[in-house]
Amino acid sequence: MSFLEMLDVLNERLILEGDDPIAFDHDCREGICGMCGMVINGVAHGEQRATTTCQLHMRHFEDNATITIEPWRAAPFPVVKDLVVDRSAFDRIIQAGGFVSVPAGSAPDAHSIPVRKEDADAAFDAATCIGCGACVAACPNGSASLFTAAKITHLSLLPQGQPERLSRAKAMVDQMDAEGFGGCTNTGECTAVCPKGIPLDTIAQMNTDYLKANAK
Amino acid sequence: MTATIERGAATAPVTSPAPVKKPTRKRPRGFLSSSNGKKVVMAVTGAVMVTFLILHMLGNLKIFISKESFNEYAHALRTLLEPLLPYRTVLTIVEVVLVASVVLHMWAAISLARRAHSARPVKYVAKKSQANGYATHIMRLGGVTILLFLIWHLLDLTFGVVNPKGFDSSPADRMIAGFDPSRWWVAIIYFAAVVMVGLHLRHGVWSAFQTLGWANRDRNKGLRLGAGLLSAVLVVGFLSPPLAIMFGVVQ
Amino acid sequence: MKFTEGSEIRDTRAPEGPIEDRWEKRKFAAKLVNPANKRKLNVIVVGTGLAGGSAAATLGELGYNVKSFCYQDTPRRAHSIAAQGGINAAKNYRGDGDSIYRLFYDTVKGGDFRARESNVYRLAQVSVNIIDQAVAQGVPFAREYGGLLDTRSFGGAQVSRTFYARGQTGQQLLLGAYQALERQVAAGTVEMFTRHEMLDLIVADGRARGIIVRDMVTGEIERHTADAVVLASGGYGNVFFLSTNAKGCNTTAIWRAHERGAYFANPCYTQIHPTCIPVSGEYQSKLTLMSESLRNDGRVWVPLRKGDERAPGDIPDDERDYYLERIYPAFGNLVPRDIASRAAKNVCDEGRGVGPGGLGVYLDFRDAINRLGRDAVEKKYGNLFEMYERITGENPYDVPMRIYPAVHYTMGGLWVDYDLQSTIPGLFVIGEANFSDHGANRLGASALMQGLADGYFVLPTTLGDYLAAGPFGEVDEQAVAEAELKVRSKIDRLLAVNGTRTPDSFHRELGKLMWDYCGMERTEESLRKALDRIPELRKEFWENVKVSGTAEELNQVLEKAGRVADFFDLAELMCLDALVRSESCGGHFRAESQDSEGEALRDDESFAHVSAWEYSPDGEPVLHKEPLEYEYVKMTQRSYK
Ligand SMILES: Cc1cc2nc3c(=O)[nH]c(=O)nc-3n(C[C@H](O)[C@H](O)[C@H](O)COP(=O)(O)OP(=O)(O)OC[C@H]3O[C@@H](n4cnc5c(N)ncnc54)[C@H](O)[C@@H]3O)c2cc1C
Ligand code: HEM
Ligand code: SF4
Ligand code: FES
Repeated sequence: MSFLEMLDVLNERLILEGDDPIAFDHDCREGICGMCGMVINGVAHGEQRATTTCQLHMRHFEDNATITIEPWRAAPFPVVKDLVVDRSAFDRIIQAGGFVSVPAGSAPDAHSIPVRKEDADAAFDAATCIGCGACVAACPNGSASLFTAAKITHLSLLPQGQPERLSRAKAMVDQMDAEGFGGCTNTGECTAVCPKGIPLDTIAQMNTDYLKANAK
Repeated sequence: MTATIERGAATAPVTSPAPVKKPTRKRPRGFLSSSNGKKVVMAVTGAVMVTFLILHMLGNLKIFISKESFNEYAHALRTLLEPLLPYRTVLTIVEVVLVASVVLHMWAAISLARRAHSARPVKYVAKKSQANGYATHIMRLGGVTILLFLIWHLLDLTFGVVNPKGFDSSPADRMIAGFDPSRWWVAIIYFAAVVMVGLHLRHGVWSAFQTLGWANRDRNKGLRLGAGLLSAVLVVGFLSPPLAIMFGVVQ
Repeated sequence: MKFTEGSEIRDTRAPEGPIEDRWEKRKFAAKLVNPANKRKLNVIVVGTGLAGGSAAATLGELGYNVKSFCYQDTPRRAHSIAAQGGINAAKNYRGDGDSIYRLFYDTVKGGDFRARESNVYRLAQVSVNIIDQAVAQGVPFAREYGGLLDTRSFGGAQVSRTFYARGQTGQQLLLGAYQALERQVAAGTVEMFTRHEMLDLIVADGRARGIIVRDMVTGEIERHTADAVVLASGGYGNVFFLSTNAKGCNTTAIWRAHERGAYFANPCYTQIHPTCIPVSGEYQSKLTLMSESLRNDGRVWVPLRKGDERAPGDIPDDERDYYLERIYPAFGNLVPRDIASRAAKNVCDEGRGVGPGGLGVYLDFRDAINRLGRDAVEKKYGNLFEMYERITGENPYDVPMRIYPAVHYTMGGLWVDYDLQSTIPGLFVIGEANFSDHGANRLGASALMQGLADGYFVLPTTLGDYLAAGPFGEVDEQAVAEAELKVRSKIDRLLAVNGTRTPDSFHRELGKLMWDYCGMERTEESLRKALDRIPELRKEFWENVKVSGTAEELNQVLEKAGRVADFFDLAELMCLDALVRSESCGGHFRAESQDSEGEALRDDESFAHVSAWEYSPDGEPVLHKEPLEYEYVKMTQRSYK
């Protein structure tokens, strides 16, 4: 039985007893959509590494153990109900510049710009972020640096992302601040709980781009 | 399956059910008001202080050569570039830069801490660190400890206010008197502080590289190792003169 | 369930002439909208998956005033995110003989001759532009050392035309579309409504003019009007309760549009994927797909003897039945999805299945490990093995995997013409929600292609043609009020029952019923049984469901109940469609229609048509047939022996 199935069973019981079931977010239940997320016994997405909440299984918990479940806690992620939080701040960070401006139909042939395999692979590693928000939940500063840096790095490493590279970094980091996230102090708590193992180097990349953008 | 659930305060909405659509803060006005900008200030001022610490440590080690050599060094600090510049000019510049660094470093640390605090108004009931919590616990606590020590240290050895030899003595005498075995508690304060500095820098030096964007996957191992080594060298370098004094190796 | 047969239906939009020129012709004939007018034209897009996300972004770029809706907390989580394998495109970058024509041909044939040639040809043409667009957006496709894009062959195709981004192609493509969408949100052309569920379509003066939605956070019922409505709400595989779809996938948006007059085409066409992790217990809430590539090196078997309880490792080779290799010596473990699925079901029905409930077969890597070495196997499949172990707690290096087929995709959907317009003017349907391009069976890596083709390239042109006649003025207030009232009363009804069973328990029971009677293999008897049972269960639902809480708050039980209610109605139509179509084709296997070797047997004489169902409030749907003609690809029976 998976962790979320345990909550399903619990909720079925609560409904029949006339109680309010516990609201929690989930969708794909296979670790890719980024919708699920709770702090389980003090650890975002639970103690198993590189795992989303929906990928947890009850066999990893002891019988009769007491489990403490909390929502992500950060001012920019207001709690909507029970374990459901509002992560729209992430969308606004992307709106600030997390894209390549290329209207449909205007693209050149895909092979017109070769990309070094190493760059493509590294960009992919950063691009696997699922936007779950565990990094924010785990960060003692409530910083969204890992999320923001993952996107900045993804696009920074590809030739297609170059023209907007610096303006993107500046706009996204400033938006992150504007949302009320904390500043990064390189504690590494984020990458430790990140289900996709986004590395801290992405933050260094973001810092470089941000510095350059400001130096201009 | 049996289970009991206890629904804590988390059930109550922390904010109104309609989520706030607008960002809660204004976009930062300038580089220094951005969280990244503050971090850069910290890294640069930190680097200034680290450079100073290295020189300072090398200076201290002269006590092993001889008292005179140490006094000369202390004197030289004050007469650097004389007669081009008046007595103590360079040292004053250095001191101003250092004080500015400490102030800016603290300012950045405090404003980041406040930002962090307001980013998590409701604390977790249970929270377990997954990155062994080193940076989280050491940096701010360590910083404050270092600051307190710094004040004491200046009073003790620079201004001689709390030093048994007073201000009108030679630097070497002040140092040796300061660490007289009878004043063991001074040594303990000093030891604790130096170790704190070491712990602060073990994370801080690597962190500065990361902040300035010079760290990456390939370099990280080396940088972390380098930060650790530098910290260790500083701790040993700073601790050996007082130890030597206490055990009577230097008199 | 009774039905009547209505008049034939035709796709009047597809141009005539050589197939290569049709899309060009249509594009040229399409009326253009004056740029100054675009801001005044409002478009609603429901869904932010590959289809809806790319459509909303592109329409925004063109200058229309767009409102975009999804039920998740952000558009980036649409179910397209879960697609693993890749996306097809006729780029012929390998020079291995691929071409637009070949992709067209493979898709028509793969769909078992139940898709329109014009549509499929256009899909193959446009596929090429999709890859260009995605790369320009920064989608990090896999590359080779020379810096060029890597491709692989997928789903039995003989050419290497599948572009991929490790096992996360859907995610990367969706993020590209999502970023384009957010760019338009920032530019002010698209207004985004997350956590909003569409509950009805507003039809006024014969045109689709808006939707009624529920704000899932506050419970508020909102009206949104527009000049056109685009549905991109995805597939309805969750009618089976257990499927590889995300938990929230539903039929509500398209079903309620169907109730308002949009025809539902081929509802019974369902794709079952052979390599999923089997059900492990009664609490199971969803099924997880494992990449089909596993069949390249894994060997599928079950014990020869019924009820053999020995551990797999203790069963000697001569007591194992490698049934795919035995029945299909030429293709072996690599037969197409539907064939592999059905074969697994057959051996399990014989009582030779393995694992809990006897619903599973072994996928064994022992020989591959011996032959290639553990390291090589790990390199190729390491992440899949890990995923398997994470879920089952068993280590596939030591114990063979257990797999079982699961519902994966629905080819059926709302009927649309060449312009992707439904039978309600102004209602366009794109992506998995429509029925258009895959016929009776979808080829691997073609759904992503279709969603993006629709959203980036086809819809923006054809919708413009429709909107050129707009804006269509004020929406009749009465039509809006009526739709809102209908939504409110349905919610009130659900809350009023206050019975003793949860919506999930009904959904589970309905799903099991559908799987047993309208699943991989369907018979007249099973379908009739289902058609008896579904109305009974639906009746019980409306008399005995328990929905806790109120309508004015975030209420996940209420959301669920509304979706289950629609699944009941859809399930009934699916069974009816499956019953009427007494042939086997693609993913639809009627046991009565098979050849001497147990393979699906089409009946082109009677069934070379699309079945488009018109809703009728009295419960007697009307069947409209759209005849299918094949000018380019000759109809043949598939054979994999
Ligand atoms: C596990 C898995 C793997 C797959 N792998 C592949 C593959 O490798 N290659 C391939 O080509 N295809 C694959 N597919 C199929 C493919 O992913 C889907 O067919 C395709 O992504 C559907 O896209 P879509 O845009 O039509 O819908 P979806 O991505 O399902 O999006 C539906 C959208 O509609 C919204 N919505 C739904 N109902 C409502 C409502 N009532 N109100 C408001 N909003 C609503 C949702 O919020 C969502 O935004 C796979 C499918 C699965 C399940
Ligand atoms: C005055 C008292 C001090 C306080 C309150 C303080 C506090 C802090 C804090 C909170 C951090 C950030 C933690 C992090 O990045 O994880 C930090 C970083 C740092 N500190 Fe200090 N510190 C003090 C003194 C010093 C001194 C004396 C030095 C050097 C000798 C120093 C060098 C550094 C360096 C190099 C960094 C890393 C900067 C970065 O992360 O980019 N600090 N300090
Ligand atoms: S960086 Fe990791 S933890 Fe943060 S949002 Fe992305 S996937 Fe989640
Ligand atoms: S539910 Fe999608 S990642 Fe957990």
